Amino acid sequence: MADSTYPIPGAVEAPSRRWSQAAVLEWLNSWVTTVDHKKLGILYIVYAIFFLLVGGAEAIAIRIQLIQPNMHFLSPQVFNRIFTMHGTTMVFLFGMTYIFGFANYLIPLMIGARDMAFPRLNALSFWLTFFGGILLYYSFIGGGGLYGAGNAPDVMWWAYAPLTERAFSPGHAPDYWALSLIVTGFGTIGASINVISTAFCMRCKGMTLMRLPLLVWVMTVASGLALITITPLTAAQVMLLIDRYLGGHFFDTQAGGSAMIWAHFFWIFGHPEVYVLVLPAFAIANEVIPVFSRKAMFGYPAVVASSVAIAFVSLGVWAHHMFTIGMTSVGNAFFVLSTELVGIPTAIKIFNWLATMWGGKIRFATPMLFCTAFVIQFLLAGLTGIILSIAPWNWQLHNSYFVIAHFHYILVGAIAFCIFGGIYYWYPKVTGRMLSEKLGKWHFWLFVIGFHITFDVMHIPGILGMPRSIYTYEADRGWGTLNMIVSIGGIIQAIAVLIFAWNLISSYFKGKIAGNDPWDAWTLEWSTPSPPPVYNFATDPVVTSRRPLWDLKHPDDPDWHYE
Amino acid sequence: MSTVAVTQAEMEQPWVQPSKGRVAMFCLIIAESAIFTIFVVAYVYNIGKSLYGPTPQQVLEVPIFNSICLLSSSLTIWLAERAIERNQVKNFGLWWAVTFILGAIFLVGTGVEWHKLIYEDGLTISTNLFGTTFYSLVGLHASHVIIGLCMLMVVLLFTITGHVREEHAERIQVLALYWHFVDAVWIVVFTVVYILGR
Repeated sequence: MADSTYPIPGAVEAPSRRWSQAAVLEWLNSWVTTVDHKKLGILYIVYAIFFLLVGGAEAIAIRIQLIQPNMHFLSPQVFNRIFTMHGTTMVFLFGMTYIFGFANYLIPLMIGARDMAFPRLNALSFWLTFFGGILLYYSFIGGGGLYGAGNAPDVMWWAYAPLTERAFSPGHAPDYWALSLIVTGFGTIGASINVISTAFCMRCKGMTLMRLPLLVWVMTVASGLALITITPLTAAQVMLLIDRYLGGHFFDTQAGGSAMIWAHFFWIFGHPEVYVLVLPAFAIANEVIPVFSRKAMFGYPAVVASSVAIAFVSLGVWAHHMFTIGMTSVGNAFFVLSTELVGIPTAIKIFNWLATMWGGKIRFATPMLFCTAFVIQFLLAGLTGIILSIAPWNWQLHNSYFVIAHFHYILVGAIAFCIFGGIYYWYPKVTGRMLSEKLGKWHFWLFVIGFHITFDVMHIPGILGMPRSIYTYEADRGWGTLNMIVSIGGIIQAIAVLIFAWNLISSYFKGKIAGNDPWDAWTLEWSTPSPPPVYNFATDPVVTSRRPLWDLKHPDDPDWHYE
Repeated sequence: MSTVAVTQAEMEQPWVQPSKGRVAMFCLIIAESAIFTIFVVAYVYNIGKSLYGPTPQQVLEVPIFNSICLLSSSLTIWLAERAIERNQVKNFGLWWAVTFILGAIFLVGTGVEWHKLIYEDGLTISTNLFGTTFYSLVGLHASHVIIGLCMLMVVLLFTITGHVREEHAERIQVLALYWHFVDAVWIVVFTVVYILGR
């Protein structure tokens, strides 16, 4: 057979496994110059996971410092820096980027489009976000030389003026904070514009707005909310820089400026930001829960309407972060009531998820485990939220560890759980291989146990009066044992996340081959090969219902009979 | 079986979606509006809070001529949009150039105003709270005018070199949308700074 005119399969030269310089450069080039929404989505997710690990390491440093009274693991100054960087990293570099990772990768696939509406704007947005993150962490390097480098932000992630004014914060810490967030903010604005334009203008034939997959709907609402919340922060940061560099007086009380106005501007960003982060988590749950319950999502219009309602109401609740700042009682009453109002659309969502699971044939694969835990924990977080939204209780608990416990319950218990669920769910699509279920179960159970040990217990020192942001405490306060338990919980979570990271890497090389549709799902992305080819679809799909793949698999009983 | 018929009828309809350029520009305008809102709120909140002079009453003159120029440029750019839709490239170029000139007159007017404020009245961004809020709000608007003028200039160059045709009408209208927004914001800024603030 050696004289065959056809090349023999297998005898063709095997692709070289050696890393030649040219191959590495070409590989790098393909990622740096890419405008493909799938590659940019992967870049966003990798970036988010990287900063999850960095921010997590900072959290562990904080927990080691607080593990017992009078620790000297970190100096007060370093503690403040780690603390600030933990918050800033988790909110802006992890939270704001995972959204666009999922949105970029999934939205064109789900709506039957070949790419995002503006591919080059998409690349620009990612690299702005990327260099914003680099700028923030660059501030660590340099040891106080080179134009104030080595001066990492120590202003906390809310950067209350006038403490961030020149007089109280000399050096460049607040400048790094403001500049890097302005840069990532521009990236976020670009990415949000792209998501909204894609969802409205790139849908395949038959994909009406009422047939959009819920993930696309909710991501679009979150992007719209990001547009009107990131920008006030950018404006406030520009004001801060005007004060610091041009001698302005916005927040300078010595010249008639106001310290309170910073708090207003920050929280008019800061509160809706929570919903910008949590809505995409809902979006993931909206896709995972129906597939693993083997039922169509209950109340599609209610899910859409409640997402839009959450976005609207969230814009009117910011001052519940400021009950102790000395507003009028009318102001307090307004913000108590508007905050409670958020409970209505979120309750609608919880009932939708429960009704979807009700009577379904639930498969507890890892994605579903994470999303089930999410529903329970999100409910609990909402309950402590009600406590904090009542002004007199808030006066008692303000700036205590109770607040920390509450918002970590949302940020970890809801958002991080959904992200993990989403990664387990879509990893087969992205890489063509399944994540290990065994490691996934280990990850889930360790994480859920660690989470509850940490954040359930953390409420108690808060009620006992332990303030946030302190770098250590005296032994006679009775917080020692509790903090020890909290720190141990944190370390268990860290181990779980490391198992997850190992799972991501090892499954990439050795995972089970996934096939196109390992979960027997219903949305369009599962009709493409895994991983999808460059332009996603060989022919433009045509859609007749909310579950196009169900229609394909069950031509005898398609969905559009019932919609 | 009626559902089948409905679905088939639906499939035969042409599939139209909004223009992505327009949607994106509306999104950008929403984001920009939020930025302007914050600066306007900062201005309104701080009216009369300066601890020392000069005060707006002492130094500000109402820029009527400037404002007329800028606001009428919204009309001329609309005439330009209409012209390119009807493939009247010459008319388009003319109205586009007039728009550019009106915008440039506005910018020069702002420069003259600032020159007087800085060199005659001694009001800079660091003088007092009024200076800080005034220069940042009016300056934010002026920077948007500058960006708008740059984009107008690019289109003007393309028009002169004969690269603008009827098929570009939609892109030009998206750009004009931005210019209309800059004009509309000026109404707010003018009201706040020169009417409420004095």
